[in-house]
Amino acid sequence: MRRLSCGRRLCFGLVMICMLLLGQGVSAAPASEDPGAMLLESLAEASFRDKEAVIDSIASSGDERAQQWLDAFADGRLQQVKDSGQFVIVLESRGREWPVADALTLKPIGEMSRRDLSRIRINNALRSHLDGMQTLLDLNAEDVELRLQAARDLLGEISQDSREDIARLAQEEEDADVAATLNQALALYALEQGDASAISTLSGSLNPKVRAALVQASRSDDGYLAERASQALADIEQLLTLNRAAETLYFGLSLGSVLVLAAIGLAITFGVMGVINMAHGELIMLGAYTTWAMQQLLPHQPGVALLLSIPAGFLVAALVGVAIERGVIQFLKGRPLETLLATFGVSLILQQLVRTLISPLNRSVMTPEWMSGSVMINDALSLTLNRLYVLGFALVVFAALMLVMRRTRLGLEVRAVTQNRAMARAMGIRATRVDILTFALGSGVAGLAGVALSQLTNVGPNLGQNYIIDSFMVVVFGGVGNLWGTLVAGLSLGVINQVLEPWAGAVLAKILVLVLIILFIQKRPRGLFPQKGRAAEG
Amino acid sequence: MSRIPLSLVHALSVTALTLGSGGFALAQDDEPIKVGILHSLSGTMAISESTLKDTMLMLIEQQNEAGGLLGRELEPVVVDPASNWPLFAEKARELLAQEKVDVIFGNWTSVSRKSVLPVVEELNGLLFYPVQYEGEESSENVFYTGAAPNQQAIPAVDYLMNELGVERWVLAGTDYVYPRTTNKILQAYLTSHGVAEDDIMVNYTPFGHSDWQNIVAEIKQFGSAGKKTAVVSTINGDANVPFYRELGNQGIDAADIPVVAFSVGEQELSGIDTTPLVGHLAAWNYFMSVDDDANYDFIDAWYDFTGDDNAVTNDPMEAHYIGFNMWTEAVRKAGTTEPDAIKEAIIGVSVPNLSGGYATMMPNHHITKPVLIGEIQDDGQFSVVWQTPSSVAGDAWSDYLEGSKDLISDWRRPLECGNYNVVKGTCGGAEVATAE
Repeated sequence: MRRLSCGRRLCFGLVMICMLLLGQGVSAAPASEDPGAMLLESLAEASFRDKEAVIDSIASSGDERAQQWLDAFADGRLQQVKDSGQFVIVLESRGREWPVADALTLKPIGEMSRRDLSRIRINNALRSHLDGMQTLLDLNAEDVELRLQAARDLLGEISQDSREDIARLAQEEEDADVAATLNQALALYALEQGDASAISTLSGSLNPKVRAALVQASRSDDGYLAERASQALADIEQLLTLNRAAETLYFGLSLGSVLVLAAIGLAITFGVMGVINMAHGELIMLGAYTTWAMQQLLPHQPGVALLLSIPAGFLVAALVGVAIERGVIQFLKGRPLETLLATFGVSLILQQLVRTLISPLNRSVMTPEWMSGSVMINDALSLTLNRLYVLGFALVVFAALMLVMRRTRLGLEVRAVTQNRAMARAMGIRATRVDILTFALGSGVAGLAGVALSQLTNVGPNLGQNYIIDSFMVVVFGGVGNLWGTLVAGLSLGVINQVLEPWAGAVLAKILVLVLIILFIQKRPRGLFPQKGRAAEG
Repeated sequence: MSRIPLSLVHALSVTALTLGSGGFALAQDDEPIKVGILHSLSGTMAISESTLKDTMLMLIEQQNEAGGLLGRELEPVVVDPASNWPLFAEKARELLAQEKVDVIFGNWTSVSRKSVLPVVEELNGLLFYPVQYEGEESSENVFYTGAAPNQQAIPAVDYLMNELGVERWVLAGTDYVYPRTTNKILQAYLTSHGVAEDDIMVNYTPFGHSDWQNIVAEIKQFGSAGKKTAVVSTINGDANVPFYRELGNQGIDAADIPVVAFSVGEQELSGIDTTPLVGHLAAWNYFMSVDDDANYDFIDAWYDFTGDDNAVTNDPMEAHYIGFNMWTEAVRKAGTTEPDAIKEAIIGVSVPNLSGGYATMMPNHHITKPVLIGEIQDDGQFSVVWQTPSSVAGDAWSDYLEGSKDLISDWRRPLECGNYNVVKGTCGGAEVATAE
């Protein structure tokens, strides 16, 4: 919850301006004894430029409702009834009739037609002004995290007026990190004023604003200042290069983990069973749609819904996989070309089915709170949380699959059937049952990939198409029939792609990766980890 | 399904009547007016185009309820070109040659329009194209009801430059003709306004690009040079969701680096949680949130038609609304649906748009539109923060590209030319422009 009010000293001048504005507002305002009505009236009438001052006067009015008004204003929910001039807060803005509350009494007053309302407009500048007020307030908060964040936001935002206050706060600050950040912000301000002694406080900082200020200072006419700034800059650049390398590695691993997730199911159906399943992408898509459906069922708990979709997505995709295996693939055993065409047909059918039954439009899948944003390692390096989770998820799925294949009866049977079907049957293994289970496992894992992808990309009928080629690429590159190969191939293709991308551009990087794979396959047709021994012949 | 036998019946009855001496004119009077709808209902573009098909069906239904046109019923003929560009040409031929439709409303991507263009010109059909596009084209048979670059891109850049004081520019787009041409125009425009080469970063990504980590990190770095930076995005449909997600996750705030998009509307936003995007911008000629009674009527009709009170409307839908009304107006004016008569009658026709003004068909087959800049809200809608003081007329040939700046288009007599070179005084300057 946001709390807004304004340090009196800071706003004093602005309040004076507001008084003038208010004076004008009174004549136009409807007869009302509530001073809040006049404040809102002036907010509604002011131009974007003048609204800032009105916001300050609302914040400093001491009115208990100020917080609600400014919150509603920030969200565009503070609106005015066109005829009566009454101010209302819109509670829900969907459909034709909107439930509203009176802005002065804050009590719900039923529904109103959107035709009768006009929104009190806000823009980016005003929004950041509101945020700036919040920052100053957060500096006094109890919570250390909140203070630290506010101190960071303050970098480059200190003005002549606020300098003394902040210097005082920095001295009183108990937490070392917060104090250091505040001192940095003050030093940055000093540097901007041409104070060379501030540089020692700033050296080693990776904050882009510090760097920009140092670049500015290194071009200054003051020789001493320029020299010191250039020195500090050189150090910073060195650190930045390291950080960028780490960042690229993370990007690569993250892209790689997506590739691994998408391909690992295929590594089982195509790699182990030898079935070319072109509908693999659509199984991924079904997993993603399951996540969406779960979130529809549990509308207020996107996190719980996401966790539940992991088993649900696996089940849905596995069941559809079994249907495909029983309905199509079993009749085409040993005829790869026909299998390819038939499953391609299945993929088109599944896509159009989703388009017709659900919608051709993308579905919105919520990202739970704990998955959005990023973990900040330092000012130049932060790891996005959703991708971090997906990376972890990919590794867990991989480990689980390895366990199933290596340590369970099913895994043993699968390996036996794929190595020598006739012999395995002779040993009493029911080959058909194994086929079904293996295909279900591969499809289910594709469903898991869909659950993860729903957090990264569009959930729509075309989702699968975007991943089918990449999946085959990874499996072939890694070596058909080898799960480790898929893992290594996926991760390394991801890293290569991300290393190439900054200097070749996204389009060329993709082409280069493909060329690289073609050359590699020429040299080693069986991929990174070819199967050895008798199994390789099969 | 029933379309083929029906058209066969029609064909037979028409032949029968023509054989039966002079009955043709009579037959035409009772026959419905056929309106062809050429939008993909399957494949990648179905996501955007299927809504436009429904919009057309709704408009035709409304027109029929109001008594049809020239006393005749309107009959929609829907075909599905399945997001397949050559199939667009085939389906257009089917509509014009077999179904004998009187007008076609359709297409989304520029490449599909280019594929349909020769067919429409050869068979002298009429095509209303509702999507913002790169310009550099003017056909006698096509009416462009979406925005040309000067009705979207240029005013948006002006807004960023003058109102937000942007000095550094990232031009990010999907790798195909619309973003490439638009960015070429924007680059020329920015350089002519004194922006240095170093302050412009151009970046293209493939269709459906989903891994934006590196590019967003690059934008972040580019924007940390101490000058106010903005991203001008011509990123196409599907790639936007992961792009905006990455922006949100890497903490790029609209207050630091605003992104202004030309292909992101209400429909694209309906697939994302917009909370982290609040404040990013889009430039269009219509927003669903526009406060106008005509707009509310349109939205209510759309709610009724779709049976969904959460359905959204967007800019290309408004373009179809305007295009359809212009066409009906021209048919009334000409008293016939004959293409040549319509082409003459429609120039200068004015109909209300949905933002409280009027749209006029210009001699270059483009229309006048207001330009609105909106900021994304957390309910997936846009709130208008700026708009052009008056309507802007669409310019077929950009004033900022070599080879195209001397060209004008005027389909009135006596000029009747889509690419007249005012310097050389000749018609047919298109080769110069396309060679460029």
